[in-house]
Amino acid sequence: MADLTIKNLKKSFGDLEILKGINLNIKDHEFVVFVGPSGCGKSTLLRSIAGLEEVTSGHIYLDDREITELAPAKRDLAMVFQSYALYPHMSVRKNMSFALELAKESKETINSKVAEAARILELEPLLDRKPKELSGGQRQRVAIGRSIVRQPKVFLFDEPLSNLDAALRVQMRLELARLHHDLKATMIYVTHDQVEAMTLANKVVVLNQGQIEQVGSPMELYHSPANRFVAGFLGMPKMSFLPATVVSSDHQGTRIQLADGATLALPVNGATLHKNSQVTLGVRPENIHVSDPSESDFTGRLDIAENLGSDTYCYVKTSSNETLTVRTPGNFTCNFGQQIGLSLELDQCHLFDDQDQALPRLERIAA
Amino acid sequence: MLTLKQRRSLTTALMGILAWGVALAIFFPIFWMLLTSFKTEIDAFATPPQLFFTPTLENYTLVNERSDYFHFAWNSVVVSFGSTIIGMLLAVPAAYSMAFFETKRTKATLLWMLSTKMLPPVGVLVPIYLLFKDLQMLDTRLGLTIIFTLINLPIMIWMAYTYFKEIPKEVLEAARMDGSTLFQEIWRVLLPMSKGGLASTVLLSLILSWNEAFWSLNLTASQAAPLTALIASYSSPEGLFWAKLSAVSTLACAPILIFGWISQKQLVRGLSFGAVK
Ligand SMILES: Nc1ncnc2c1ncn2[C@@H]1O[C@H](COP(=O)(O)OP(=O)(O)O)[C@@H](O)[C@H]1O
Ligand SMILES: [Mg+2]
Repeated sequence: MADLTIKNLKKSFGDLEILKGINLNIKDHEFVVFVGPSGCGKSTLLRSIAGLEEVTSGHIYLDDREITELAPAKRDLAMVFQSYALYPHMSVRKNMSFALELAKESKETINSKVAEAARILELEPLLDRKPKELSGGQRQRVAIGRSIVRQPKVFLFDEPLSNLDAALRVQMRLELARLHHDLKATMIYVTHDQVEAMTLANKVVVLNQGQIEQVGSPMELYHSPANRFVAGFLGMPKMSFLPATVVSSDHQGTRIQLADGATLALPVNGATLHKNSQVTLGVRPENIHVSDPSESDFTGRLDIAENLGSDTYCYVKTSSNETLTVRTPGNFTCNFGQQIGLSLELDQCHLFDDQDQALPRLERIAA
Repeated sequence: MLTLKQRRSLTTALMGILAWGVALAIFFPIFWMLLTSFKTEIDAFATPPQLFFTPTLENYTLVNERSDYFHFAWNSVVVSFGSTIIGMLLAVPAAYSMAFFETKRTKATLLWMLSTKMLPPVGVLVPIYLLFKDLQMLDTRLGLTIIFTLINLPIMIWMAYTYFKEIPKEVLEAARMDGSTLFQEIWRVLLPMSKGGLASTVLLSLILSWNEAFWSLNLTASQAAPLTALIASYSSPEGLFWAKLSAVSTLACAPILIFGWISQKQLVRGLSFGAVK
């Protein structure tokens, strides 16, 4: 069992409050990813869980046992650091067996556990090398090996892939997913990379300025972001945002007018909105389509197109000079400066009120 | 015009000459001391100074007859090693906490500690002398060990701090996560990783203690007097005897020179093997 609960956790460095009241529950076998922009407090939160930072207030429980004040060694957690933090004076084998030796395990147990970890991570030929004789990816594997031999209740990862090159990063990402599956382990993983968050997590925790913005499965966050921050943070390329004003609204739907004059009716519960209040329309690149100017929602001028082979991303300027990102097929061709018509998938659009909170979508009524 | 290759070898040659010049300038006094110690008193005084002469061992025999060399040498050994061991026992934890648990005042504390080295020692001679008298530590090896520890501690902490600073603190945190106690973290991870640097700290402390003269002369008489006090005893009462002074100086320097020579190789190896990353 590994069930981690965090209650109203706060952490300040001097007068600066870094974590401003974190509440979170992590269940057994979950792969939880903390994601957020750099400096938002992800590492501080992870290190507080590990016991490497003293918390200012709040509580942390692991399976009904309070661990808030416990020494890191007594928490039954293992951590993989961004810089790997291998012991440079020990061989790979020693690096992995160190924790077991400290725990006074028998020689046979140590040998078999190290051998097992080495087999899983394909480190067998490297066991007698020193860390400086290894490549970045191999060091990363040793760091992971060091944590798995201990069979901790929870694995903590702090941006473990950010020092690897792009190809290796993808490979290690897949291996981590496999490891999570094979070990049936509970993992907490910190990253600023939303692709890692989307691909690895069962549960994503979006952090911003020391607060949790939203918790949910990757698809929940992608399709129903709670606010503009989450909407803008997840998704590549980013969601486009257009300012608009409310024309009319009730619990059946909302009519808005964009800055360039076009009006749209959105299936969004607008009961809390007032006529003429400022709102923001959010739309993902895949929910905008290029169409004939005469039958489109509005028009724009093509600024730049990036062809990635499978898709072409068009950056379009509206007549009120906002930029929209549009995903078109890879064979799409168009000239710079050309006027194009754009249609929106209105039931996939997001509407944010003047506090940047998402307005609830209407349940689609089955026809 | 010189080609690039010629210019490069010229630079190398010039640098070599410079290095040899500096090395000779540093080594010459030691060489001359050694030479003088094998001269008769008359040869030692001769003008112009003589490079070639009939060597004699009479100075060494005389020194041995007049004073018990090994008594002084043993005092030097006990006091240097004693103060170095106590110093390291204090410096390592102090530097550990300053390097890895830095606070707003850490830098100021370090500077303040070092600033005590800028005070002329003679300024605190009287209070320390009186303290030692009251505590009955005058002319004891314990007293001298304590004084040496105290005067070298700021430098030892500073050096250890600098070496510890180069160690990524995540490695120590990893050890903490792996279940080490504070002692295991320092003994099994921190010390092996900084052994080169700590070895030079030890060596420096030994050399400074071995060569210390001011406090040795003022706080000891015969019981606890180290080799520096022995040298000084040859420079005073009946006027200067250059040859005997050189002989006794050679005897006093020899152990630490030999020790330095042996550990130098160890040091260089320690420094390059301990390299992190
Ligand atoms: N030991 C520390 N002392 C003071 N400020 C710190 C310390 N550690 C982190 N911070 C500050 O806390 C904030 C969050 O840091 P961190 O948790 O490392 O962010 P993230 O991992 O999300 O990039 C940053 O502004 C950082 O400057
Ligand atoms: Mg971080």
